[in-house]
Amino acid sequence: MSAIAEPARARSRRITLNLLKNLTLREIRSEYKRTALGRVWSLINPLAQIAIYGIVFGLIFRAEPEPGINSGIHVFALWLGVGIVTWGFINVGIRDAMQSFLGYQGLLKKVALPRWTLPASKVLARAATYLTEVAVVAIICGILGGWEILLRIWMLVPLIALTIVFIYGIGLVLAVGIVYFRDIEHFWGIITQVLFYASGVMIPRNVVETVQVETLDAGGYTFLGGPVPLLAVFEANPIYQFLTAYRRVLYDFAIPEWQLLLSLTLWAVGTAVVGLLVYTRFQAKIVEEL
Amino acid sequence: MSGNAVEVRNVSKTFRVYHDRNQSIKATVLKGGRAKYEEFWALRDVSLDVPQGETFGLLGLNGSGKSTLLKCIAGILQPNAGTIVSRGRMAAMLEVGSGFHPELTGRENIYLNGAILGMSDREVDRKLESIIDFAGVERFIDHPVKNYSSGMYVRLGFSVAIHTEPELMLVDEVLSVGDKDFQAKCLQKFDDLKADGKTVVVVSHSMGTMRTFCDRAAWLEHGELQAIGRASEIVDRYTGKGGEAVELGDGIKRFGTGEIQFTDIEVLGEDGAPLDSVDPTQPVTIRLSFLAHEPIERPDFAISIRDAQQTAVFNITGHDREWLPERIPAGHGSVDIRIASLPVRAGGYHIVADVRAEGAETPADKVWGAKRFDVRHGDHRTSGGTLYLPSGFDGLRSGDATASGTLRLMPR
Repeated sequence: MSAIAEPARARSRRITLNLLKNLTLREIRSEYKRTALGRVWSLINPLAQIAIYGIVFGLIFRAEPEPGINSGIHVFALWLGVGIVTWGFINVGIRDAMQSFLGYQGLLKKVALPRWTLPASKVLARAATYLTEVAVVAIICGILGGWEILLRIWMLVPLIALTIVFIYGIGLVLAVGIVYFRDIEHFWGIITQVLFYASGVMIPRNVVETVQVETLDAGGYTFLGGPVPLLAVFEANPIYQFLTAYRRVLYDFAIPEWQLLLSLTLWAVGTAVVGLLVYTRFQAKIVEEL
Repeated sequence: MSGNAVEVRNVSKTFRVYHDRNQSIKATVLKGGRAKYEEFWALRDVSLDVPQGETFGLLGLNGSGKSTLLKCIAGILQPNAGTIVSRGRMAAMLEVGSGFHPELTGRENIYLNGAILGMSDREVDRKLESIIDFAGVERFIDHPVKNYSSGMYVRLGFSVAIHTEPELMLVDEVLSVGDKDFQAKCLQKFDDLKADGKTVVVVSHSMGTMRTFCDRAAWLEHGELQAIGRASEIVDRYTGKGGEAVELGDGIKRFGTGEIQFTDIEVLGEDGAPLDSVDPTQPVTIRLSFLAHEPIERPDFAISIRDAQQTAVFNITGHDREWLPERIPAGHGSVDIRIASLPVRAGGYHIVADVRAEGAETPADKVWGAKRFDVRHGDHRTSGGTLYLPSGFDGLRSGDATASGTLRLMPR
């Protein structure tokens, strides 16, 4: 009835957004279906991980990050917790998005719909899970570090938005790629393992710096004629940068440096542009390649 | 109602058929390109219009490209060449319940499926009652759909799809879902759509549905459009039942594409004289005279001799005898089929003659009843059966004390 007054473009946008909303709800609702604890699992999982890595690395290997800048918190498990939940968000978000076209192939073959909504709904559902996880971590940080966390907590909004865009860009490229080459899934599994360590989820920057200065530089190791750029590579990793930014807000109670934010914005925009280019180029052919 | 709901212009679609479907990077690197493939033409230069408000059928064998065409119209597949324009809100029912999540409840799935088919949540809110009612799943609406019977599942899927109230509905073989009652409800719903001036494009293998349900139809074969026209005519031509056959009078009927046509069919005796009455012990020749309007490659001539009950007593095709002339030029000609004898019981018979390009689905020409003749037995008579075999009784023996064979059939 109201469709007559509404321009076709606005109508199709509204339908697409509604589809995205419903697909996201589908993911969220179905994730913990038929479990007794339901959504509580999304709290238990990161807490368990924090406990495990905290004991192994904090207690046994004695890793020691620097104390929080404004918060004064000096708890490895908490520093680790911020990293773990954020890493989980990025890692699983990319993986889910990557598998979305394959997973929805039955639907893609039978219904015409804006296909980009499928990986997008996966990323958004993962973001929803992340919100509960990060809330738990933030509450603990607040309890230990003080109410001042509230002064900077708003920074999470742009940070999460940037993370979503970043994940979506990478996920979109992989989701299209995997339709053509199933090997990518396994290949990405290995990349993920490398990234886990390379992103400093549980390795503080000062540890890498120590290795750089005391072992590599002092030992005279060279790479392509220059010093081995271990620390530079470590810091150039966008996932490390994301983790650092989240730690600034949650662990240090500080605003991330503007250089860091600029870098994250460029990474997010860059991956999204590449993702959308790949998607636009190949999306029409996806159905017959599935 | 004016204009076309769908305009298909010179649409072609090819698929790649991989010889070695190895989707790996290694294969790509080693072979310097992706795996080898062949192009398969699913659609070749198809053009058709579906006017608004019409119910339009697509028919053809499996693999004829009708579902591909439907998917192209739906926007699921992209044609390699040509354009497709469709107007108005479209809903494709290529499969019902696409995107249902088994763990979610019926209600949740209605919203999800509705969104997939382009409905807003408010719209679903408004139609929810009606959707549930139509599907007949009230009692189970808050149960996960994985607990549904297959019938309930498809009914719910169908119900959501039909409630999108599209201007243009694309339907693939889903008229056959559910039990008789539900099918009747579906057909009623489609009639309502039709009455409201909505356009429906349907693929079905049910010729009965096609005939009664569709206004017009298109017939596809090997991805090429064969014919387009009134549904009943197209169905008749497709099924080759001769419903559309032309009556020539005297009970003679003809059907075919007409590149080559029979001009006369005669039954000749040994001396070459035409016969109206055949002796079952004598050789006969059946002469098919024809006019080729254009050259025809490897024509396959065939006859069927049928009795008054339309039972074929003898069929023979050129293919059976591996007698397929390479090429017949345009012009008049004839071919003889020699039969050593026609040992069938007395009665009236007629000949059905057929000619078509080798392996063609439809004949170039097929004529029923063009030659009628009697079989006479002369001094022989039989009291029934199909065959006439020269036969006689002889060698009576009687009054003996001993049997001539064993006593196999006697009770002990």
